[in-house]
Amino acid sequence: MEAFFRHLYETTGYNFSIFYDRRDELNFVHGLGVSLELMAISLVGSLAIGIIGAWLGGMSSQLVRGSVRVYVQALRNTPPLIQLYFFFFALGSVLSVIGPNGRPMPLLSNFTWACIGLSAVAGAFNIEIFRAGIESVPRNIRDAATALGLGRTKAFFLVILPLAFRLCLPALNNNLVNLLKSTTMAYAIGVPEVLYVSAQIWSDEFNATEMMLVVLVVYAGITTALIGVMQYVERRLKVPGYGA
Amino acid sequence: MQAPLARSLALAALACAAIVAARPVLADDLADIKKKGEIAIGVKAEYKPFGFRDASGQLMGFEIDIANGIAKALGVKAKFEPVQDATRLPYITQGRVDLVIATMNTTPERERTVGMIQPFYYASGASVVAPKSAHLKTWEDLRGKKVCATQGANWNKPIEEKFDPTIVAFRGMAEAQTALQNGECIAFLYGNTSIAGMLSDPTHWADYEAPLPTLNEGPWAMAVKLEEKDRPLGKAITALIAGWHKDGWFLELEKKWHLPASPWLAAEHEKFKNK
Repeated sequence: MEAFFRHLYETTGYNFSIFYDRRDELNFVHGLGVSLELMAISLVGSLAIGIIGAWLGGMSSQLVRGSVRVYVQALRNTPPLIQLYFFFFALGSVLSVIGPNGRPMPLLSNFTWACIGLSAVAGAFNIEIFRAGIESVPRNIRDAATALGLGRTKAFFLVILPLAFRLCLPALNNNLVNLLKSTTMAYAIGVPEVLYVSAQIWSDEFNATEMMLVVLVVYAGITTALIGVMQYVERRLKVPGYGA
Repeated sequence: MQAPLARSLALAALACAAIVAARPVLADDLADIKKKGEIAIGVKAEYKPFGFRDASGQLMGFEIDIANGIAKALGVKAKFEPVQDATRLPYITQGRVDLVIATMNTTPERERTVGMIQPFYYASGASVVAPKSAHLKTWEDLRGKKVCATQGANWNKPIEEKFDPTIVAFRGMAEAQTALQNGECIAFLYGNTSIAGMLSDPTHWADYEAPLPTLNEGPWAMAVKLEEKDRPLGKAITALIAGWHKDGWFLELEKKWHLPASPWLAAEHEKFKNK
């Protein structure tokens, strides 16, 4: 493989350096690892925010419901790249302590801020998606849960959410695929993910076209895998006669 | 089942091949530029004092002056395209600009990709700016430490290989500076001339210094498309640069923009003066 890509470069000029240059390969593999980590953490984070937000959004307290609305609107109505900049450069400079040499020491790394930023915005969308799912659960099922003696919380997590989850899976798939793709934004705050390492590689090797192709194929592969998993989940969770 | 899969695979392969094959075609030479009455020049827009925007958003700086000088000498208007370290070479190879004057060092790889105009017009190398409290003495002090940088800068890789710092590269200089001031990293790896420009501004950088010797020093070149280097456009710019070394205009610009006196620029002036 190494010999093939070196030969390709020498004969055609198509420089896929990551397949024969050891240093580029290590950097790229490391970037891929960071991307996958970022995706996994923000996926779980956004789902947690979505579920908890949807639950809080259904509480009777006006204050709690209002806070959830404000959160959703604030995150959904501002550009994610600007949010990321705001988190890292503005909040990051406030959230720091003074180190031993009198210099500020940030409490959170750029990777952590990227996880927070990506989870927060995808979470806001997830809240809306789950809310739509929850509102589609028929009233009589809630009444049945109450009649069985389940409290508000138990009814939510044991009866309503499992049904709502099935109903909102297609919309959820969309949002999660979007989340995976938007992890490339972490590039802006210096997180060494796939796009970041690729940009450094094409600056050194002048193979922007080839690296772009590699990046596209990598993302297509990852999102296809996620879609496959989600479709499997959709099939497995299907309740005959319920939902579409 | 087999046939559609094979067909879509073939289609995908074709699409990929098409993308790779879509290499830029030959573009404007000097005659075309004169006919259009306009030369597209890629410049920095956030690199004080070489190319930056003033309060009204107008581009200005050492390189902007040179770019305007070239356009004026060619009798055309200068149309500026802001570029960054990572985009300036693709802009040239894709024909989006005719000329790049964007604080670019020469490297053998770059010389194979674009037409680097000689003589060069300036020279710089890699340096770091760090808080005085970090007490940096040698480049070795950076080993294992976080160092801010800009994405695509050509010294990132050699410095990383030699001294093994953890490079955290940002899109532009402003982001890297903010990260340095926020304590995200121990130092900011950048060009010595630009760092000198930063340190000349005491309101923000009083507690900072450039304690390490300049490394990887190299001349700055303007770039045109590879094939344009030996055509009228390349030749015209070559003649202009040589003339400005001779009459000392680069030295005047250096003073105008309060750059630290460059021994390299003075030497070039001496060299061309007697030609």
